Amino acid sequence: MKAKNEEYKNIPGWGMDADPENEPTYPMKNYTGDDHKRINYERSEQQPQTVEILMSKERPVITRVFGTSAPPSGLSGVIRRYAFQHSEDRYRHWVPLILADRINMFEGLIDDIKQGRLPNIIKERGLAMEWKYNRTNVIKKAVELAATGIILYALFKRKK
Amino acid sequence: MLAMNYRGPYRVRAEQRPMPEILHPEDAIVRVTRTCICGSDLHLYHGMVPDTRVGSTFGHEFTGIVEEVGPLVQKLKVGDQVLVPFNIACGKCNFCKQGLYGNCHESNPMATAVGGIFGYSHTAGGFNGGQAEYVRVPYADFGPTVIPPQMDPDDAVLLTDVVPTGYQAAEMGGIKEGDTVVVFGAGPVGIMAARCAWFFGPSRVIIIDHVDYRLEFARNYAHCEAYNFKEMADPVVFLKKATDWYGADVCIDCVGCEAEGNTLQTFSGRVALMQAGAATALQWAINSVKKGGIVSVVGVYGPPFNLVPFGNILNKGITVRANQSSVKRLLPRLIDHVMAGRLNPKGLITHRVPLEEISDAYRLFSSKLDNCIKTVLIPSAKH
Repeated sequence: MKAKNEEYKNIPGWGMDADPENEPTYPMKNYTGDDHKRINYERSEQQPQTVEILMSKERPVITRVFGTSAPPSGLSGVIRRYAFQHSEDRYRHWVPLILADRINMFEGLIDDIKQGRLPNIIKERGLAMEWKYNRTNVIKKAVELAATGIILYALFKRKK
Repeated sequence: MLAMNYRGPYRVRAEQRPMPEILHPEDAIVRVTRTCICGSDLHLYHGMVPDTRVGSTFGHEFTGIVEEVGPLVQKLKVGDQVLVPFNIACGKCNFCKQGLYGNCHESNPMATAVGGIFGYSHTAGGFNGGQAEYVRVPYADFGPTVIPPQMDPDDAVLLTDVVPTGYQAAEMGGIKEGDTVVVFGAGPVGIMAARCAWFFGPSRVIIIDHVDYRLEFARNYAHCEAYNFKEMADPVVFLKKATDWYGADVCIDCVGCEAEGNTLQTFSGRVALMQAGAATALQWAINSVKKGGIVSVVGVYGPPFNLVPFGNILNKGITVRANQSSVKRLLPRLIDHVMAGRLNPKGLITHRVPLEEISDAYRLFSSKLDNCIKTVLIPSAKH
C-alpha cells in the first residue's frame, strides 16, 4: 500500500477549487465536515447481546442497537455463519445467504410439524384471493400443471 | 400478541407471538394502530432479499401509541400517538448528523451498505416489524414523531415511507422549472413521486407502467401523463420521441428489482438470480434521460449487483442520485403539505384489511388483484 502523503496540503493547487456549495448530494446532505472524524462520534449505550448476532466483516464493532428476531439455527444457521466470514463484497457472502433462506423454509415446515401443527399452505399463500379475483388464471395454471404432469408421467412410463 | 410470521417465499400467516421487550434504554414499545404493506415488502415476500429468515415479522410502515419507554427516553411519553419512520436512526453518528437518516451507522450490524429498517430482513438489521399488535422501536427519542392532533391517521401512516420516499425521489431529481420528468413505476411510491414532482416546477410529468388500472389511477391522482409500456414497441424510443428526440430532463426509477419489460433482465434477475433482480426500469431511465440529465433511484435493489448500461452514464454525463428516504428530515415539510391540503396521502389507500387476514392482503397486493394500490392493515378491532 502506498504511504499516505502527510504533506498533501502542500501539493500545488490543493483545495483551491473546492466549492462547499457544490455538494452533489444537496439538499439531501447537510454537509458538516464530520465525515473526516470517521467513526469517532458520540454513541448511545450498548444494547446487551442476548442472542447470536452475525456481524458484517466490514465493521469493527457491533452497532449500539440491533434486531434480535430469528437468531441463526440449524443447517441454515451453519450456512449463515459461513457467509458472514466473508465481506459484503463477496459472492461467498450473498449466495450462501440465499441458499440458507431456502433451506430455512424447509426447517420452518419441520418446526411446525414438530409443534404438532400442519401449516395451511393454501391459506398462507392467500390463494383464496386468487380464486376470488383471478379465477380464470387459477384454472389456467391448474390445467397447465395437470397437462405437464400427464406428459411427464407418459414419458416416464414409455421409457420404462 | 398477534403478529405476521414469514414462513418462506409467498407464505405468511398471522399468529400469536411473544410480546416485544425493552432491550435498550432508548427503546419504546409501541401499540400499532395502522400498518401498511409496502411495495418493497413484496421483495421480501417473493424471497428476493438475502438473509430473510423464517419467523421474521415484516412491516416498516406503521403508526401507534407509545405503551412503554426505556429509562433514557425523555422526549416521548406513554400515550403519545406517533408515526414511526421506516429507517432506524440514532441521530448521533456522522451520517445522521448530516441528515442522512437512512444511512445510520449504529442500527445495523449485519451490513454496512444499508442502515437499520424495521421488519426488512437481517440484511437490514434483523428487527421485527410493525405488522403486529406491538413493536419494539429503538432510538425512541429520535425517530418517532408525534402525530399532529388534527391529522387523519391514514395520512399519518403513509408519512412513514410512501410520501417521503416519493418526495425524495423528486427532490433528488433536481427538477428545474419547465423540466420534463419521467417516473418509471405506477405503484404507490411512483404515483407519489409523480405527484410530488410538481412541487419542483416541471412542465410535464410522465409515468410509465404496464398495469392499466394503476396508470388510470396515477393519471387522476398525480395529474400526470400515463403510458403503458406494453403498448410501445420500444419505451426508450417512445420517450425520446415524446421529448422532441432530446430525452427527459429527469428520470425517476420507482420500480426496483422486480421490473418487467425486458426478457434478458427478467430471466437473469428474477428467474436465474444471476443479478440482484431485474434492472429494467433503471436501464430505461439511463437510456431515456437527456445528456447531462439526472436519474433518481428509489426503487429497491438488493446485493450484490445489477446489469445496467454504465457506459451510457459516462458517455451521456448522467448524474445518478439514489438513497433510502431520509424520512425524519422531510417530515416537517411533508406534514405541512398534508395539513395544508396540498397532499392527500390517504387517497392512495384502496384496501383496509384486519391483521388476521394478512396472507390474503399480501396476495391481493402482490398479484395486483381487485385494483389494489395500497393496503392498510388494522391490527385490532379496538383501533
